[in-house]
Amino acid sequence: MEIAHILFLGLAALAVVAAFNVILQRNPIYSAIGLIIVLCSLAALFLTLNAQFISAMQIIVYAGAIMVLFVFVIMLLNVRAEETKTDKQKYLKWLAAPLFLALLAEVMAVVRYVNLTPQPLPSANNVSDPRTVLGTVENVAYGMFTDYVIPFEAASVLILMAIVGSMLLARREKQEDVERIEKALAGQQEEEKIEEEVAV
Amino acid sequence: MSSLFNSIDLPYIIGALVKIAVFWIFIMLVVAYTIYAERRVLALIQNRLGPNRVGWQGLLQPFADLLKFIFKEDIIPLAVNKWLYILAPIIVLIPAMMVLIVYPFGPGDVPIPLGAQISSFINWLGSLLGLDLGINLTTMNLYVTNMNVGLLYVFALTGLGIYGIVIGGWASNSKYSLLGGLRSSAQMISYELALSLSVVAVLIQAGTLDLTKIVEQQSGRLGIFNWNVFQWPMFLPCIIAFLIYLISAIAETNRVPFDLPEAETELVAGFHTEYSSLKFALFFMAEYVNMMTVSVLATTLFLGGWNGPGVGRFPWLGVFWFLAKVFFFLFLYIWLRGTLPRFRYDQLMNFGWKVLLPAALFNIVLASVIGVLFL
Amino acid sequence: MVPLSWYLALSAVLFTIGVVGVLIQRNVIALFMCIELMLNAVNLSLIAFSRLHNNVTGQLFVFIVMAVAAAEAAVGLAIIISLFRSRETLNVDEADLLKL
Repeated sequence: MEIAHILFLGLAALAVVAAFNVILQRNPIYSAIGLIIVLCSLAALFLTLNAQFISAMQIIVYAGAIMVLFVFVIMLLNVRAEETKTDKQKYLKWLAAPLFLALLAEVMAVVRYVNLTPQPLPSANNVSDPRTVLGTVENVAYGMFTDYVIPFEAASVLILMAIVGSMLLARREKQEDVERIEKALAGQQEEEKIEEEVAV
Repeated sequence: MSSLFNSIDLPYIIGALVKIAVFWIFIMLVVAYTIYAERRVLALIQNRLGPNRVGWQGLLQPFADLLKFIFKEDIIPLAVNKWLYILAPIIVLIPAMMVLIVYPFGPGDVPIPLGAQISSFINWLGSLLGLDLGINLTTMNLYVTNMNVGLLYVFALTGLGIYGIVIGGWASNSKYSLLGGLRSSAQMISYELALSLSVVAVLIQAGTLDLTKIVEQQSGRLGIFNWNVFQWPMFLPCIIAFLIYLISAIAETNRVPFDLPEAETELVAGFHTEYSSLKFALFFMAEYVNMMTVSVLATTLFLGGWNGPGVGRFPWLGVFWFLAKVFFFLFLYIWLRGTLPRFRYDQLMNFGWKVLLPAALFNIVLASVIGVLFL
Repeated sequence: MVPLSWYLALSAVLFTIGVVGVLIQRNVIALFMCIELMLNAVNLSLIAFSRLHNNVTGQLFVFIVMAVAAAEAAVGLAIIISLFRSRETLNVDEADLLKL
């Protein structure tokens, strides 16, 4: 029972408790806080797996940007704790616990036969070329910009599409747009009337 | 149990813990005396004296303030969301303080003064307890750790500090707090972008995210012209980056002229309206620790960190130069507070998104072009 | 060293919790958060395997997954906001007709 095992068990327990918090809380702000705790504990687990860059990225992108977006939306829409009792699909709630246990048993049965242990990596202190050490910024950058540059560029185009799309979707209906649409409809109706008169 | 004990690298951890304790106490003192210095310098700018009664020239004022905060009545309003209300100052303060492990106070591998005597003393103490320690202290690093992703770590933690403000404003269950909290956090997120992008110009030159290595690259025979701001060939993008960084940093820490969300005349006190005594003190302290973090980054990335005349021969002098530059930035913050009026909120957001962000992007292009041509 | 199966087991547990959350949550924002939980569980698996094979490809995959998750969160929340504006409710059961 080494310190690495104890560290893993502590972080895993925190992540699982916070994940249960996400799904079982009624107030969405508490769910959001639970998800932030899951993200931070996963970032710590990434650190134990020699993924320093991805761990920092997880905090910056996921916990620092995406979850802030969630929290802002929850606050701006003033979402309170759930009060609705109209549950049209009640049977799903009763299905949840058995389904959970069934899925878990299935995956555990597979995981039990995995007997792999990662080999200890050489020490990364005072190494001359950080590009050879797994998980450093230089290593990830080298892989990203040589072998995988096309997914990288595709991801940036995707983010551009997301920016434009979300700004368009979340915009309030502007008064001049409404007027423009009504004018166009009115013009269309007049044309139809003229056509009817001509046909008659 | 023995495998547990063997798997911990005890000398490294004890050394790191001792360094963290020393640095933390030091930073708490710096924060306390920054608050005192702010009151004195602001007073002198405004043609009056500041607090100068408690102790010689008022130097014991921070301790008097701390006692006042501790003994004040801790009011929790009835309508607040209790858990989140208590959690918010903690969420702001802990990430702010966690950054101190990457501060490069000085060079690595400096000789410890009286190292042999300290080692023999510790070995003697160990032999009294029956342990055979065999410690030999010769050199130490004047930083806690040199993470490979040090700069990203700093940005990650400043991003986490935003949650405390949002949650504090929302949990207080009052109009002024909610508005102040949302405005303040929206401002911080907007300027965080310009902050991160402006630093890229320095990174193109440095080629590493490790703060200690960035400072080491700024040492050389040219003295001040080896600093990143003045260094050929990247001085132009670095000077533009420095200006963008400075403005974004002031907006990021919610200081004048960008302090609309917490100004008294605008929103009562913004997100910390409903907080009193020790929780308010925690918010206050977090703001000054953030100021210190941002000043440390500015000196490390742009002004050469612990470099200065005489550091080659006496490495411990690096600490003095580092602190001198950091204190200069803190003084700059206080000076700006006494001099400038504040921005209106829509002017602030316009400036962040429509001026600073394109300027930072243009700066990245410029730095890349110059980097390819000359580096 | 920590065996790989522990990380895979944790990833499975988190994924399963996310699936169950999607099924039982009625608030559409919390539903979306459970989807993000599932994505994170998969990220953990990828990083664990990247460590096993000492290959950085897994970490690059996770980077791209994070970018996709960010884009999806932005667009999804924009859709939720416009949904809320027309229906005034965030209960997922109420949004079962194309017409208001």
